[in-house]
Amino acid sequence: MPGLGASFGRGAATNYQQDLANSDCILIMGSNMAEAHPVGFRFPLQAKEKGAKLVHVDPRFSRTSALCDLHVPIRAGTDIAFLGGVINYVLTEEKWFKEYVLDYTNAATIIEEGFLDTEDLDGLFSGFQPDRAQYSPSEGHWGYEERGSHQQDRDQGQSRDEARVSEQGPGQEAEPSASPSDESHVQASEIDTSHVREVSEKLDSRGVHGPGLMGGASTHETERGSAVEAPAGEPLQDRTLKHPRCVMQILRRHFSRYTPAMVSEVCGCSEADFLRVAEWLCENSGREKTSAIVYAVGWTQHTTGVQNIRAASILQLLLGNIGRPGGGIMAMRGHTSIQGSTDIPTLYDLLPGYLPQPIVGEDRGGLDDYVRFEGLPTGYWTHTKKFMVSLLKAYYGDAAQPENDFHYDWLPHLDGDYSQLPFFDRMARGEVDGYILFGQNPAGGGPNAGLHRAGLRNLDWLVVHDWFEIESAVFWKDDPTGPPPSEIKTEVFFMPAASIPEKEGTFTNTQRLLQWHDKSVDPPGDCRSDAWYVYQLGKRLKKLYEGSADPKDQPLLNLTWDYDQEWPHPLPDGQPSRIEGEPDIARILQEINGRNLAEVDPATGQPKLVGGFEELREDGSTACGCWIYSGCYPEPNLNRPRQRVRTANPLQPEWGFAWPNNRRVMYNRASADPAGRPWSERKKLISWDEDQQRWVGLDVPDFEPDKPPEYRPSLDCTGMDAIAGNQPFIMKPDGRGWLYAPGKPKDGPLPVHYEPVESPVENALYPHQTIDPTTRFFEGPLNSLAHTPTREFPIVACTFRVTEHYLSGPMSRFNSWLNELMPAMFVELSPELAGEKGIVHGEWATIISARGEIEARALVTRRIRPLNLKGRILHQIGLPFHWGFAGESVGGIANDLTSLVADPNVSMHEAKVFACQIRSGRSRYPAGQPTKNYTPWPQRNPTPDTPPASQPEGHLR
Amino acid sequence: MSASKPSAKTSTRQPQPFSPQSLAKGSRLQGASLTHSVCPYCAVGCGLNIYSKRGEVIDVEGNPESPINEGTLCPKGANVFQLVHNPHRVKTVMYRAPYSDHWETKSLDWALDRIAERIKSAREKGFAAEDADGNRLNAVRNIGTLGGAVLDNEENYLIKKLFGAGLGVVSIENQARI
Repeated sequence: MPGLGASFGRGAATNYQQDLANSDCILIMGSNMAEAHPVGFRFPLQAKEKGAKLVHVDPRFSRTSALCDLHVPIRAGTDIAFLGGVINYVLTEEKWFKEYVLDYTNAATIIEEGFLDTEDLDGLFSGFQPDRAQYSPSEGHWGYEERGSHQQDRDQGQSRDEARVSEQGPGQEAEPSASPSDESHVQASEIDTSHVREVSEKLDSRGVHGPGLMGGASTHETERGSAVEAPAGEPLQDRTLKHPRCVMQILRRHFSRYTPAMVSEVCGCSEADFLRVAEWLCENSGREKTSAIVYAVGWTQHTTGVQNIRAASILQLLLGNIGRPGGGIMAMRGHTSIQGSTDIPTLYDLLPGYLPQPIVGEDRGGLDDYVRFEGLPTGYWTHTKKFMVSLLKAYYGDAAQPENDFHYDWLPHLDGDYSQLPFFDRMARGEVDGYILFGQNPAGGGPNAGLHRAGLRNLDWLVVHDWFEIESAVFWKDDPTGPPPSEIKTEVFFMPAASIPEKEGTFTNTQRLLQWHDKSVDPPGDCRSDAWYVYQLGKRLKKLYEGSADPKDQPLLNLTWDYDQEWPHPLPDGQPSRIEGEPDIARILQEINGRNLAEVDPATGQPKLVGGFEELREDGSTACGCWIYSGCYPEPNLNRPRQRVRTANPLQPEWGFAWPNNRRVMYNRASADPAGRPWSERKKLISWDEDQQRWVGLDVPDFEPDKPPEYRPSLDCTGMDAIAGNQPFIMKPDGRGWLYAPGKPKDGPLPVHYEPVESPVENALYPHQTIDPTTRFFEGPLNSLAHTPTREFPIVACTFRVTEHYLSGPMSRFNSWLNELMPAMFVELSPELAGEKGIVHGEWATIISARGEIEARALVTRRIRPLNLKGRILHQIGLPFHWGFAGESVGGIANDLTSLVADPNVSMHEAKVFACQIRSGRSRYPAGQPTKNYTPWPQRNPTPDTPPASQPEGHLR
Repeated sequence: MSASKPSAKTSTRQPQPFSPQSLAKGSRLQGASLTHSVCPYCAVGCGLNIYSKRGEVIDVEGNPESPINEGTLCPKGANVFQLVHNPHRVKTVMYRAPYSDHWETKSLDWALDRIAERIKSAREKGFAAEDADGNRLNAVRNIGTLGGAVLDNEENYLIKKLFGAGLGVVSIENQARI
């Protein structure tokens, strides 16, 4: 969720799901919430019962649409055109929330001279380097106008506020002082960032540091860009918003061509429908009301995915809906703990807590260079060194000492893009030796799954940790499109995994909420938790390397790896656990929470647990495995994710633990006006209490608790002192929400509608720039593309989820109850298209893309409508992506049709829109037979300790 | 790890008009251990009540106390029971030799020893201390791991710690990019 990070500072859902019930209008777009997140959809429905308007903008009419007040069908891949239209409406109709926008966003900030918008350059921003297909933000002058003379301001004793440009007179052009003694320049020359800039550009050319995706890795990525490109701290502003280079004016101009007529032409919806959505959002935003936006992977899985979310962020900032009850942007994540796995990342470019993985060459001076490069002088990232040192202490223990730079040098450095897509591209070319899967199924779920299977066939060895024989475990024998086993060299180890009730630990859900799950029973047979496998593998590897003096082996040998627990420990029913060697999960969570190494807790004899990230230090006296989770385990007997206490507080602060620091609504300082009073009684959350001199309210303030609203920093302030009392976005160096994102995203400071990489339609908005110019390609025989505008593949396809299946099927197509509910792969198409192609409902149809073809049962339905694009009829089809060749229910793999392309920010592919053709009849590669027999009821013994009369129905052995 | 009895939770309800036959039958949950879990499917985070008897899961229900799901579950959440009791579950280590057309059953120790050896030899081959320009790299680029979005935070922590900070593997990835 780099879009959110770039806009607000943290790449995660801003509010909590239950808060949707407090909304006055909810726009659901890029999400089929009723079917993909059915239980979460309770809250929009509760809002509707209270009178809220619900809108669904989506290519398909789904159960979500059926329950909304309005469904607007649009062409897949035109979300920015639609949202850009709403932004244009808000600006031209002057519906934006003036006080909020003026103080809490960078609307008044002045951008460098030399920045040129897509309006000036026919669909490109300034700084584009055609030979490298990327932008140079510094050459494009994307940054904030640098403050003329800080020294002078300070000498005159002016505060930042007083030094604002607007004091010079309304609309007056800001004249930078002639004095070149810019503070940030001085600082820059002191630390000599020239090589950093050079390295950064070098790496950009290799595509390094696609920030971690959905989790918001780019939070930091974005800010680092700005740290290099734009001066930190209080920028020059024109509070009259008339300066031609102020963000508000740039915004107005940029979105001026997104008129209702243009929206209708590009998206294929009616002007009236579009205007109704825009009006509803505006009517239901302001002091008394708030609107929320809900999205899911329907927005992210595009080459313009980050900018889709940026567009929503701009809209919500203009309407004043961020940081407030019933407002915000709710990112509905697709996996149970995908938020957690980006917070504590299993991602190549991130370390825990969104600390970037070191980049080769950026840190010739070691840790301090890293901190200078990655940290920020103002805002919360000023603490970067504390977080990094504490992480190194957690990793390397006593070996990490101040005199050896805490062995920062041991961390692997990046010299390229090692994200999934490029890595499989290399794997398919035979450049990778070994691979380990932990509950992921690239053979069916990877974009261009055929290429992913070719990758697996080219490995020396593969380890699969899973419950069932999924596609990625049996690709060598059951792939109907693959070669015979005698031609596949890969050595495969299948390690049977424990299921959820058979292990304990924490998940982080879509609202940043950590919830602990208890272990109920032992796993059967040789099934083990992933924690067990990794822990035991680590022990074996340490033994294999024992005694080595090779410097490369020292990180492993010094890695703290001591999570043994007493065995046998009892299970909940009192029985002793059979599983020997399971690591102590609570101890791992305590390591993540952090400890004060200088202080021993008398109760445990161990170093004392820290109460939160404020206690972390940069001198090596604290160890912390993930700073943003700090505070989740503050005392030996207080596992806050395990707390399940309901209270009268509707935010339910004692149910689990939400990062950061149990704040449920992020940026909630914005729920009060600049003076600290609630915007309205109805939308009250936290406010400034004059008597207590503190921020008080239902939520934990996402702000320094005793910083008064009228606090204004002087210009030489650093760290959190540089954030004023009316600046709610504390992760940002200027404390404001970013309508305009100065350093990154890599594809521009503002969203632009580009066509998908594969589209049958030209770009009507920018005729000379069809697709995102910074898209990365991996073209080859296994990954052909039908470039826009394609005539060969005139139909637009999108993939989607059904309620009854999950992802590529590993957790659902081996389950008879779910297979019974949703038995076969199908394709949704309109009666008009079916008639044109002679396809009959319920019969076979074959779908063809530039990568391959699959077959599916035709589901002919009026839920999917042909679109009228200025007289041209365009057909769309929908494909669930849940099927594969392994399990009880098998069928065509939708991902065999999708392609491997990558957006420039996060290496995200474009499965939510691609070009295809459809015909009636079966494919040349018909789906094979199920690999497992349908078993309607799990065979099992009678329930123990239960009289026969109380036994459940069903087949008993 | 605590185990509370389910009866306490249900006692606040109004008396139900049970027939004598129903009363004689009783609930099979009587005497079961109750543990609290979280649904492993989507990211909504529904609370689960897991009932077990003598080391066996006998029932999975939505947790009525959870502010998120208040006892409700979708079809997938209701199916968690089948993730535990499932005839297709693999319960032993299986091994496929290069170019072979079948699985062989192996022991945990056998497999872990071999995997550790494979990792070590690939790492010996692939470890790079510096790049071509002499910059510090300390990276292993011929091994990778994939997955983590359906794992616990603690498991992700161990993976990144062992493979990244310990072994120097850089391509550690999960479902966030798909």
